[in-house]
Amino acid sequence: MGNALLQLCYLIGSVTFIMGLKMLSHPDTARKGNLVAAAGMIIAIFGTIFLFTSENTEHLHNYIWIFAALAIGTIVGTMAAKKVQMTAMPEMVSLFNGMGGACAMLISIVEYRRIMDIIAANPSYIPETGKMIVVVLGMLIGTVSFAGSMIAWGKLNGRIKDRTIPGGQMINFVIFAGLITLVIIVSGGFFPNMPALFYGILALAALYGILFVMPIGGADMPVVISLLNSFTGVAAAFGGFLYNNPVMLTGGILVGSAGTILTILMCKAMNRSLKNVLIGSFGAQKAGPTGAAKEQGNFKEISLNDSATLMAYAQKVIIIPGYGLAVAQAQHVCHELEKVLEEKGVEVLYGIHPVAGRMPGHMNVLLAEADVPYEKLLEMEDANDQMGSTNVVLILGANDVVNPAAKEDPSSPIYGMPILEVEKAEHVIVNKRSMKPGYAGIENELFFRPKTSMLFGDAKKALQSLVSELKQM
Amino acid sequence: MDSLISLFTDAATYRLITIVILSIFLGIEVISRVPSVLHTPLMSGANAIHGVVIIGAIIVMGEARTDDYVALTLGFLAVILGTLNVVGGFVVTDRMLEMFSKKKKK
Repeated sequence: MGNALLQLCYLIGSVTFIMGLKMLSHPDTARKGNLVAAAGMIIAIFGTIFLFTSENTEHLHNYIWIFAALAIGTIVGTMAAKKVQMTAMPEMVSLFNGMGGACAMLISIVEYRRIMDIIAANPSYIPETGKMIVVVLGMLIGTVSFAGSMIAWGKLNGRIKDRTIPGGQMINFVIFAGLITLVIIVSGGFFPNMPALFYGILALAALYGILFVMPIGGADMPVVISLLNSFTGVAAAFGGFLYNNPVMLTGGILVGSAGTILTILMCKAMNRSLKNVLIGSFGAQKAGPTGAAKEQGNFKEISLNDSATLMAYAQKVIIIPGYGLAVAQAQHVCHELEKVLEEKGVEVLYGIHPVAGRMPGHMNVLLAEADVPYEKLLEMEDANDQMGSTNVVLILGANDVVNPAAKEDPSSPIYGMPILEVEKAEHVIVNKRSMKPGYAGIENELFFRPKTSMLFGDAKKALQSLVSELKQM
Repeated sequence: MDSLISLFTDAATYRLITIVILSIFLGIEVISRVPSVLHTPLMSGANAIHGVVIIGAIIVMGEARTDDYVALTLGFLAVILGTLNVVGGFVVTDRMLEMFSKKKKK
């Protein structure tokens, strides 16, 4: 009876995950979809706690431990998720993903120790190959995901810099080959009395995760996080095999396959292939574009006053937000600027590049937080159509997404990525903190073009000054 | 070879493999044609869903012998980490989507 009820809980869980994901992919139903999946998760979790019976029909024990851990995780998780700033969302997702990977890793370690205990008690026992494969691979993938997510997290919050390791690809290949060999040896049970081999896989997998993410440019982190996300899904699915558990299997595989597709979709939005992101990382090509930097001439600066005047007498202004806006937390001031300009009869729109910021949709979320009306946010194609009739384009801390090299310079690492064609407008004002290149680490020739004027300073301060200048006019 | 054959003769394993294959197709089907604005919340939501790995952690914890402190500690950690993944994942996703729904009302 209890078991039948548990299976029903798992079925409900699986169905809510599928429905949740489906609803999450439509703007109108997305929020409800998230809640539906969460409800299914709660049913599956409590079903397991109270109804699960092992092979000898024993219920689970250690309830105090389980509930203590659940409480700690819930409190810490909720606080972390509630407190995190909008700008730090991507790294938070990466961090939570890493936790899931670590969880899969720990499960496999405990299960492995149990197998070792049985062998110690009965040396003639040979564990099933299938079970060993599932334990070892679950641990391996979970560890890679954990280590990789931690590096991605560190990169996004600036603790870890991009670094290319000479011969890195070769090293990764050797580690990968070593991992496969070890997996075959351990799961084949060739040396059943050598736990060192199992923990060797653990160490190598962690190293692999680190080296895999390390050379990938910070601008590509969203793609990497999405990929690691699907890895953790697969690790969870191995847990499903281990416990013959349908909800872990559906949940894990669903995320594994949906995550892979999402990764590919993200790459497409940047017009790059996954291979290009993983192997041809920006860092590796840094040597190339420095040669082109020589040709650049001078840039011209523009004062706050002149910028304000230029915009006040414009008919149409398009604002292009980038990561600089997010860092400066300038979304509210930005909305204020928009309102002041509208009062003066200027039409203000926003041009949103799909990968502006650190994650797809980052800018939409940020501007929505500041109550910028939805209709004002133009997608890249629409914004480009409007550029021709625009007087002033104001670029706020965006760089690579407006770099003309993506269209003009085949040797550029971002060549082929669709950009916002700001040069079709009459004037371009670029607000940046300095002349330092953007996240991709490449020079932006736009800053030296005749139409472009530079307005240096922190986005928030610059916008505040612009607003007060405009109000005085 | 024997283990390969058992994949299809053993009813339980066969059932699991069926689930895996159907789930792969479902995942692909469910996600295709999602607007790029939703990429981040969708990734975050999927992130929360793979937190289902916590069920494995609960089983490990609940089956651990009460005198096996290593297993208890590892299991305890696993449940905490899994809960962080689930709770944090769903809450962050909800916060992101809250922004979207706010602007819809306007």
